[in-house]
Amino acid sequence: MLGLKKKDLTLLGVVAALVIFAPFILNPFPADSAMAQFNAGYPDLMQRFVIFGIFAIGFNILFGLTGYLSFGHAAFLGVGSYSAVWMFKLLSMNVIPAIILAVIISGLFAMLIGFISLRRSGIYFSILTLAFAQMSFNLAYSVLTPITNGETGLQLTLEDPRVLGETATSSGGIPVTNFFGLEMRATETLNLGGWSFQFNAGYYLCALIMMIAFYISIRIFRSPFGLMLRAVKSNQTRLNYTGLNTRPYTLAAFVISGMYAGLAGGLMASMDPLAGAERMQWTASGEVVLMTILGGAGTLIGPVLGAGFIKYFENIFSKINENVLHQWFHALPDGIETPLVWVAEHFVGSGWHLTLGLLFMLVVTFLPGGLVEGGQRIGRLVRRRGESKKATQSTPAE
Amino acid sequence: MGILEVKNVGKRFGGLQALGDVNLSVAENSVHAIIGPNGAGKSTLLNCLVGKLIPDTGSVMFDGQSVLGRTPYEINQMGISRVFQTPEIFGDLTVMENMMIPCFARRDGSFKLNGIKAVTSEGEIRDKAEAMLKDMNMLEKRHMHSASMSRGDKRRLEIGMCLAQEPRLLLLDEPTAGMARADTNNTIDLLKQIKEERDITIAIIEHDMHVVFSLADRITVLAQGTPLVEDTPDKIKGHPKVREAYLGESAAAA
Repeated sequence: MLGLKKKDLTLLGVVAALVIFAPFILNPFPADSAMAQFNAGYPDLMQRFVIFGIFAIGFNILFGLTGYLSFGHAAFLGVGSYSAVWMFKLLSMNVIPAIILAVIISGLFAMLIGFISLRRSGIYFSILTLAFAQMSFNLAYSVLTPITNGETGLQLTLEDPRVLGETATSSGGIPVTNFFGLEMRATETLNLGGWSFQFNAGYYLCALIMMIAFYISIRIFRSPFGLMLRAVKSNQTRLNYTGLNTRPYTLAAFVISGMYAGLAGGLMASMDPLAGAERMQWTASGEVVLMTILGGAGTLIGPVLGAGFIKYFENIFSKINENVLHQWFHALPDGIETPLVWVAEHFVGSGWHLTLGLLFMLVVTFLPGGLVEGGQRIGRLVRRRGESKKATQSTPAE
Repeated sequence: MGILEVKNVGKRFGGLQALGDVNLSVAENSVHAIIGPNGAGKSTLLNCLVGKLIPDTGSVMFDGQSVLGRTPYEINQMGISRVFQTPEIFGDLTVMENMMIPCFARRDGSFKLNGIKAVTSEGEIRDKAEAMLKDMNMLEKRHMHSASMSRGDKRRLEIGMCLAQEPRLLLLDEPTAGMARADTNNTIDLLKQIKEERDITIAIIEHDMHVVFSLADRITVLAQGTPLVEDTPDKIKGHPKVREAYLGESAAAA
């Protein structure tokens, strides 16, 4: 079905189920319980999960398949965001033209940067992409202020023309982004006992687009084109002596992953119509590298897991503060509680990067294949245990 | 006029004259061996043929066209495939995937790059790759990770990948270097089989005299960047200058 083998189809189905039921899965604790702060099932965060999922899926097509490590992918994300916001300012508040323009412009931008950067490989390629991304950031931050609105960031105003839409709503406000009338911020809340589950229109649009993006990525991985990209990673010398110029292949992969990044940027702007230069900064480029490696570079599902993992930490761990820690440890005697809180507070709140860094080090050291490898190891362990149990059961019968 | 004509080729690396004045003519459908002591310029010569190095002087003509100034992939498209001293294969891929790549990029008459077009004809490519693996006696290893194979199997796969492109000239750079005796003999048998079954010209650089004398139709002896003598294997064996310069006792043993 869909031109996929059974294994890939199962994976696609599992991801689809996870994405559809995310509002339930991410909200395991009742709203008024002490654990409620670990709930991640609110629209804003769920949107970020899938948007960064798309970003990482696209990055993985370049890094996972060809091995070319780009340190400038945030530039494409930023370009996508700016394009989308301009579409909201000039055309209409419908997200579809905005997303399409975001993908096209970032694709063109990726073609330009890729054409130059791909003349080199290895560390030189990484440095070139990093340089281009920082250049884009600085251009957006200062030089191109008429287009990007500099450090304030590009925002919607009441003076925007919006040719196909309305400049302002009847009540005098700025109109909101919509999908043919369906507002992106529209949210249904389902209260079930102590739980409250939120279903957001914007999230489900992002989720649908992520499923399409994921499906395309599976097809690319399994196609002869994907095979050629893996061959680029494995041995460029042999490819050259097989009569193949690797440049068109790597450039195609670069442009595709740039378009994925632009799509993510366009979606970000569609959920919240503003775009700032900080989206293009090198830390943002580094983040997607972390996501891909943490989840498992070169695997299909890895980047999505990595993106979810990092975004969860960023949003949940950073919210835990000293007061919360005191609440947790208040059963302990003061002499123990105070130092314990003092140690722990460095790993939460604004110190969440420390926790992430430690986890990243652990994963890279012990699970070079990322979270996916961890999952595979657990799976193998369970299977082996199952088999040995069967073996011990069958022994008496013999 | 041979299929490969090397005329007055010279190459200098700083103060070292790696190739002096090399003239070489490889006849079509023959096996031509190039031998010589270490530092004789054998590998430099080969690199000049495939576009990795550009000679300072002279010309290299393949089938009436100059190869100079072309990139390695363009030269390959002209019909020259190269086997490396250390097998260059796609170590991360399976044997089958390794073989599929040259099948996508196959020469038919003129070379067509059809890696993307082939999306529609993947089944056909698979059949071709399987047929080639069968020829190489590797069909049962097709799901193996190619990096985990023995040196001899890697070499066999590499030769198969080169042949899948149906080249007119196959260049082999010490194909049995670092191999066990059994693997060496297998490689000799494979090359003999290729020579008999296919319309192909083979140029081979080799240290192992046993390999050279069991395969070559003609031998060029290279010493200090210039050809010393070129003749048939029997004549080379008895040639006093060659014995003195290079062969020593090993020719008598072979």
